Amino acid sequence: MQEELIAIKGVNDGLLIALSTTEKWQSVTDQLAARIDEQSDFYNGANITIELGARPVPKYELSSLKALLERRGLKLSLVLSESDTTRNSAAALKVPTKKNGESGAPPPSKQADVQETAPVNPEETGTYGTMFRRTLRSGRTIHSDGHVVIYGDVNPGAKVIAAGDIVVWGKLRGYAHAGVIGDESAIVCALDMSPSQLRIASHVVTSPPGKRKRVVPEVARIRDNQIIVEARE
Amino acid sequence: MAGKVVTISSGKGGVGKTTATANLGISLASLGKKVVVIDADIGLRNLDVIMGLENRIVYDLVDIVEGRSKLRQSMIKHKKFEDLFLIPAAQTRDKMAVSPEDMVKLTDELREDFDYVIIDSPAGIERGFRNALEPADEVLIVTNPEVSAVRDADRITGLIEAADKGPGRLIINRLKPDLVKKGEMLSSDDVYDILGLKIIGIIPEDELVLSASNSGIPVTLNMDSKAGMAFNNVARRLTGEDVPFMNLDDNPGLFQRLVRFLDGR
Repeated sequence: MQEELIAIKGVNDGLLIALSTTEKWQSVTDQLAARIDEQSDFYNGANITIELGARPVPKYELSSLKALLERRGLKLSLVLSESDTTRNSAAALKVPTKKNGESGAPPPSKQADVQETAPVNPEETGTYGTMFRRTLRSGRTIHSDGHVVIYGDVNPGAKVIAAGDIVVWGKLRGYAHAGVIGDESAIVCALDMSPSQLRIASHVVTSPPGKRKRVVPEVARIRDNQIIVEARE
Repeated sequence: MAGKVVTISSGKGGVGKTTATANLGISLASLGKKVVVIDADIGLRNLDVIMGLENRIVYDLVDIVEGRSKLRQSMIKHKKFEDLFLIPAAQTRDKMAVSPEDMVKLTDELREDFDYVIIDSPAGIERGFRNALEPADEVLIVTNPEVSAVRDADRITGLIEAADKGPGRLIINRLKPDLVKKGEMLSSDDVYDILGLKIIGIIPEDELVLSASNSGIPVTLNMDSKAGMAFNNVARRLTGEDVPFMNLDDNPGLFQRLVRFLDGR
């Protein structure tokens, strides 16, 4: 396998992509394009923060990177760099930019500010997750390459997309896709499970129409090659 | 005096923002408050029509913002209420003519002299909505009891929260109690279940609203109208009064009528 030139992390409601600072620009962007195309479901519509380290990136290179992302439906929302050249390039392209390490965490966009997310740091090794302590309203999308926990509702029109599991301590009435990179063991749990669409890996189900008589916490998982939803009491 | 800026918003068009703005303005004025209503829907003005003040317009919001007219001379006094004024939208320009900062500056000036500044937001989530949202102390979200309007209300509630203006209170407009009873229309509980916002008013569907809007005499001035009464109640709740929600049931069953009769109602 090729050496990894890019690292991808979930941050707030978007993704942070760190690009190798030494490798040839062309090989880095080629690999990035290939990675995105492999898992287009996961990336689709995400806000992207690009971390470029000390590499000076001229405007034409940055603009081709921006176009590469936009062709794939991604928004380049922030460029992190230690190089003045790169930051000037970003400013010329009207892409927000910050010096690496400013304010510690990757600077969220204005809306993301309010999302109040905190990365979980487990003492034991495990997959990390993202906690959202609020209701996700229509139009809001969360991407994570770990697990997602939502303390609140996921309203119709909102989307949660995670490489791992999705736990909703509230009503799940929007769109949820767990195991988006292909993890068939991923689960989705909710106190009130009535998603507009529920996906695990490559499987899809929708909720039966009409109101349910009894609402109990439920868990969705794949069994015998299809998604089943069971009460969990 | 430090007045309160209240923005009326909805996301979806046609749910009754302008009607609500006009009626709240009049209700608050009739409660003795000093009120100015601003039509922020630049390019598609109609608050003036609903308030029956169209033919008095000389200057508009864009004239004020661009310094062509003084604030005082641009405000149109209502025919009936001494302390109710309108700042109309411009007809010929678009929403880019005004910036959110302009609106903050304008409302800060108005706050000095008025108890309430009510802004009628345009539909959508773009510049016009931002203009109306930026100066707001409180946002009232108008929605109809139907899925698409509730979805849009949810969307803008998210934006309002993100702008730190939240959470906002909800006006459910054009509710038809008989359809709710048959299960063909969302009830106010259903709407609350999705949005989780505090409800400040439930306005029943009322044909008098349409004729009132066409004649330029808002429905709150008509004491026979249930919708008018409901708008009055919203205004009173806005001032902090605790007003119980009225019974919207038009055709009570025999038993209920009997109970009401015995109750002396």
